[in-house]
Amino acid sequence: MKKRLALILASAMLVSSALCGLTSCKAGGNNGNVDSSKGHVYYLNFKPEQDAQWQALAEAYTEETGVQVDVLTAADGTYETTLASEMAKSDAPTLFQVNGPVGLANWKDYCYDMSSSAVYKELTSESYALKEGSAVYGVAYVVETYGIIVNTKLLGDAGYKVEDIKDFASLKAIAEDITAKKATLGFSAFTSAGMDGSSDWRFKTHLANLPIYYEYKADGIGTTDAIKGTYLDNYRAIWDLYINNATCEPGILSTKTGDDAVAEFKSGQAVFYQNGTWAYGDIAEVGDENLKMIPIYIGAEGEENQGLCTGSENYWCVNNKSSQEDIDATLDFLEWVVTSDKGTTALAEEMKFVSPFKKAKEASNLFVKQDAEYTAAGKTPVDWCFSTMPSEEWKNGVGSALTAYASDPSDATWEGVKTAFVDGWASEVEKTKK
Amino acid sequence: MEKIMKKNPAYFALFALPTLIAFMIGFVVPFGMGIYLSFCDFNTMDDAEFVGVANYMEIFSGDETFVHSFWFTALFAVISTVAINVIAFLVAVLLTKNFGGTNIFRTVFFMPNLLGGVLLGTIWKILLNGVLLSFKQTLTTNGVYGFVGLLILMIWQQVGYMMIIYVAGLQGIPDELKEAARIDGASSFKVLTKITIPLVMPSISMCTFLSITNGFKLFDQNLTLTGGEPMHKSEMLALNIYNTFYNRVGWKGVGQAKAVLFFLLVGVIAIIQLKATQSKEAD
Repeated sequence: MKKRLALILASAMLVSSALCGLTSCKAGGNNGNVDSSKGHVYYLNFKPEQDAQWQALAEAYTEETGVQVDVLTAADGTYETTLASEMAKSDAPTLFQVNGPVGLANWKDYCYDMSSSAVYKELTSESYALKEGSAVYGVAYVVETYGIIVNTKLLGDAGYKVEDIKDFASLKAIAEDITAKKATLGFSAFTSAGMDGSSDWRFKTHLANLPIYYEYKADGIGTTDAIKGTYLDNYRAIWDLYINNATCEPGILSTKTGDDAVAEFKSGQAVFYQNGTWAYGDIAEVGDENLKMIPIYIGAEGEENQGLCTGSENYWCVNNKSSQEDIDATLDFLEWVVTSDKGTTALAEEMKFVSPFKKAKEASNLFVKQDAEYTAAGKTPVDWCFSTMPSEEWKNGVGSALTAYASDPSDATWEGVKTAFVDGWASEVEKTKK
Repeated sequence: MEKIMKKNPAYFALFALPTLIAFMIGFVVPFGMGIYLSFCDFNTMDDAEFVGVANYMEIFSGDETFVHSFWFTALFAVISTVAINVIAFLVAVLLTKNFGGTNIFRTVFFMPNLLGGVLLGTIWKILLNGVLLSFKQTLTTNGVYGFVGLLILMIWQQVGYMMIIYVAGLQGIPDELKEAARIDGASSFKVLTKITIPLVMPSISMCTFLSITNGFKLFDQNLTLTGGEPMHKSEMLALNIYNTFYNRVGWKGVGQAKAVLFFLLVGVIAIIQLKATQSKEAD
């Protein structure tokens, strides 16, 4: 009797584990006409907001060609973590992404040389590839732009036009005038420069890009092991402007989130909001006619000709440790995405990406159009030099120092920013192991 | 049952193997790999390259934050252990007295435990900042605020749980003992120190063990409440390890080495503490 019971229990366990196996198998494949001999594509996607679109695109590709495409999206802020664990699996991603030269340093051993691939040849400019010598390790798939987003209606209420802002001096004069008349106008110049983790990257990374860009430009370099901080006084000037003319006291910025700034801008509490093309969806309800993105002026020489900050921190890389047929399948998939009608439509219209590919369709994003207008008017776009920042640790150090300065603005606390910026750069470069 | 087990090892295997296998896969194997990786330079486990003790050297030569985190964490663990256990014990004594509504209060005190650490950190961040903002300060203005904030949070969260353990211990004390002591003329204080506390010693060692290891291993609350700001000043060991692992290129091995040290540290402290309190337990 007991033996029989044991037997029943054991077989029940076997059956349940077999069932488990079956269901997980089912969850893996996405539809019937998969031809496994054609290789397999596994994309580890970085942008959670475009997850659904990638899944749909993958399915469409499988239907058309029979090649299985799996898309996994890492949760917000966990891409490195997810990538590190997925890469260690036997069924590792065949397609992943890095955020620029610093990210590439981490993953170079895994990057397939894409120099002979179709997707690289489809790029409109070689500058959108991550290259080392003649090897191409990454291909940018989305180009983004940021600057100061202006609510032109409010600016008009304050008695100014967007055209009045030509450089740092005019921006400062207008912002300070709005602050002076804040009580009668009922709104502030800038949204809160939140230093909460959901928003601090706008300043420790994106705003910090400008002093770095001008320093690189003055020195004629593209990256450095020792930043000098030539333009740090300008960085301080623009940061002062942001924090002293905002909707809130500078001392409480560490509690302000990204959502706070969006809410303030949408509800008309502030005229200026520093962010990029990706933020268009959040604030579209202000109305296209009331929105204009202008360059971030910091008072550097030659800034009359400065355009918006345009670049990419999203590069596709193909895993060189995958089997050759999977690599080929992945490259074919990428080619299809950037050349086929379905692929380019999805990129431009559904994901709203501006892609640097020859056959890319025009994206329906207001700020993207405005960026094109600036370029057409002969302005020079500002490069995204922040991809050369030595580490996350460096950015965090600058962010902490900026917060400390905001809560007690003085020369002494600004020294803290300088130390984090200049000395921190050198020590982080030294600590980064190649 | 025991007899059957002894007679037929197949039964032992049938019942113990699944758990044993899960324990191997989920704990022993990763643990062994983790120790090995702490001696390697790696990015993923496949490309680990043996570098000897270089990672361990790096902790003390190339990184200023680990030692600070250690002292911050140690201080936090000690203070929180004392505070949590004293408060939990007092609440438990109070709630084992005979008056109405003790069950409601026990439930109320226990509730914070049901919330996750991330959520708690976020809620307390809003609450504490709300108070501090009226003095134009925030939780991340300096490391001390972060420390006190974490302390308040942990006390609020842990007191209820420890209280339940103490309540169980207190209820296990036979009334006759206390009664006899009182008849012999012992004051309430004497009853507490000579009868109650020695008899709940097993609960005390259990609770201090739990709260001291909790204090050392604290992560979620630290991450969401202050994130280690400003400048790593409120960063505890677990968060320090996490940041080392992910915030710099090529530092995964160092993070791993820190994690091994962390394990040794928590293990040793817990064993010492357990031995110390167990020796005081009444038989």
